[in-house]
Amino acid sequence: MPEITYLQAISDGLREEMRHDESVFCLGEDIGAFGGAFKVTDGFIEEFGADRVWDTPLAENAIIGTAVGAAAEGLRPVCEMQFADFISCGFDQLVNVAAKMHYRQGLAVPMTVRLPSGGGFSGGPFHSQNPEAWFLQSPGLKVVAPSTPEDAKGLLSAAIRDPNPVVYLEHKHLYRRAKGEVAEGRFEIPLGEARVAREGTDLSVITYGAMVQLALDATEDLDGASVEVLDLRSLVPLDTGAILESVRKTSKVVVLHEATRSCGVGAEVSALIAQEAFEDLDGPVVRVTAPDTPVPFSPPLERAVLPQPDDVRRACLELLAY
Amino acid sequence: MATTTARPAAIEDGGGASVDLTGDDRRALLRYMLLMRATEERALTLYRQGKVPGSFYDGRGQEAVSVGAAFTLGPRDRTCILHRDLGAHLIRGVKPGRVLAQMMGRAGGVTAGKDGNMHFADHELGCVGMVSMLPDMALVTCGLAIAFQMRREPRVAMTWFGEGSTANGQWHEAMNVAGIRKLPVVFILENNQFAYSTPNDHEFAVDPVKRAEVYGFPGVKVDGNDVEAVFFAAAQAVERARSGGGPTLIEAETMRMHGHGAHDDMSYVPKEMVEHWTARDPIDNYERKLREEGFDTDEIRESVKGELDAETEWALAQPMPEPHTALEGVFATEDPVLGDGNAPWSRWQREAANA
Repeated sequence: MPEITYLQAISDGLREEMRHDESVFCLGEDIGAFGGAFKVTDGFIEEFGADRVWDTPLAENAIIGTAVGAAAEGLRPVCEMQFADFISCGFDQLVNVAAKMHYRQGLAVPMTVRLPSGGGFSGGPFHSQNPEAWFLQSPGLKVVAPSTPEDAKGLLSAAIRDPNPVVYLEHKHLYRRAKGEVAEGRFEIPLGEARVAREGTDLSVITYGAMVQLALDATEDLDGASVEVLDLRSLVPLDTGAILESVRKTSKVVVLHEATRSCGVGAEVSALIAQEAFEDLDGPVVRVTAPDTPVPFSPPLERAVLPQPDDVRRACLELLAY
Repeated sequence: MATTTARPAAIEDGGGASVDLTGDDRRALLRYMLLMRATEERALTLYRQGKVPGSFYDGRGQEAVSVGAAFTLGPRDRTCILHRDLGAHLIRGVKPGRVLAQMMGRAGGVTAGKDGNMHFADHELGCVGMVSMLPDMALVTCGLAIAFQMRREPRVAMTWFGEGSTANGQWHEAMNVAGIRKLPVVFILENNQFAYSTPNDHEFAVDPVKRAEVYGFPGVKVDGNDVEAVFFAAAQAVERARSGGGPTLIEAETMRMHGHGAHDDMSYVPKEMVEHWTARDPIDNYERKLREEGFDTDEIRESVKGELDAETEWALAQPMPEPHTALEGVFATEDPVLGDGNAPWSRWQREAANA
């Protein structure tokens, strides 16, 4: 299998779906002749034409809202927010119209919203956010956050084929840094299934997105401790079985994410463990997250906010010694 | 792209055929308006009897707008209907009993109790139901039209919104997208004089129909209390959209004759204004006109009453939903798609007969 980048895997996945099914089309700002701010749709307009690669005006509610209508008519739109941060401008259409449609009316809205998310490159407060928790409070949306090229491609296909609106978080830090072997052709990785990124017996780091590789690197050599890393991959539906299984095996848990702390994914995972696996724990569930601040611009400030390998190492060592 | 109040006696459709209303069509227009009013009056009675939870919202006085516009649509056209436009749902084929059951939160309602009052649509009849945030459905309507355009299908999407909606940014996004892509969409701007309690002069400095031109398509103003005027303006816009001519914004001037909801006594509406619009009631005037032309309107009234009595009986017999169903249907497991709606206009009946 060829080794490709995370970015190429997303692009390949989208292209394969568009070749396979004429009802799949993409829309977003600057995705046509320019190929998208990050070049995910580079070359698409030449292959698929302007009808299926719609360069929209700068209007995020229009991107999401027209996708809802097109999806209701049987198409499978894939929306690109130029940056995840801008979903706030299309939030109303996503959480009120798309998310509640099937519950209220029994009408499916098969659409995917791609969100280039995350920080680490001085993007500042409006180009670095990890807004996943917003969507966990919006029943009717599925939410995925791949960490590897293979998962990026397989989860994108699954998102496009799913009959529900799916929020697809693609971490910008991984675009060109994450590389891996990815099968050619179409394949799906089912939504709602976590992946054990590394088996371990002494402690579990439960995480997703860009933090998976950071966790693997940070805990590779932790005074001989055997650290399991569980990659959630999908936040809605959440693979509660895999989480509890890992807790029962290691009895110690660090929950890690780049998003801010309060009411984040980590809070939900911690509460789940407290309620369902209390007797299996040998220590408190520890969260390593960004603090409750915006993501600052200047490199030393940004590093102070985003979880660093040493933060993870320290948290794991303290918990191992508990 | 002039703003006009002209009312054509008949218009040409895309194929050059004459578009007109037969006697049966005109009877149907009156009947749908009467059915809308009767259904809403019955719902208000049920509300006062304590059978309708929450509040109650209706479209009294605006019957001509929904009926006149929706009557133009073919079966494969699609709609996003506003909460004061019950007539459009009835035309597309939603039974009044399901509407009454919907308002009472019964299992037999269109949303089976998941949503209330006029927040419903039967997707099997080609309608995507509204949300409370306005005018969100204008963009969804554009999306329906994008699907038609991408598949090169001669189909039209129609939506209704109030003049209050034109102050919201999403209205601009929808008009702009429709203009850029020349979408086959018809926007019915229902100017019922008030956004809840806010009058026109607090809503905009310039009549919003004039904005159509700057988005690149025509804006047409019609008497929203004249069902045939609304019909002809809408028919022209629908044919324009169907033949690739792009969108039209139709402003139908009318009046919301009840409060925003049943809890609203309309104390902010000047008395003379209510008197002015009462004399212009769309049903009274159309009924008088048809009677003068020899139509038996009493017979229509009788048939509406009979239908509604039976529908009410059906609605009252529907059970409340089982509590466990509150947890069902958050996610779809398959792809149900929009179905086709009823199209009672004689033109579509003729096409169906010839098909």
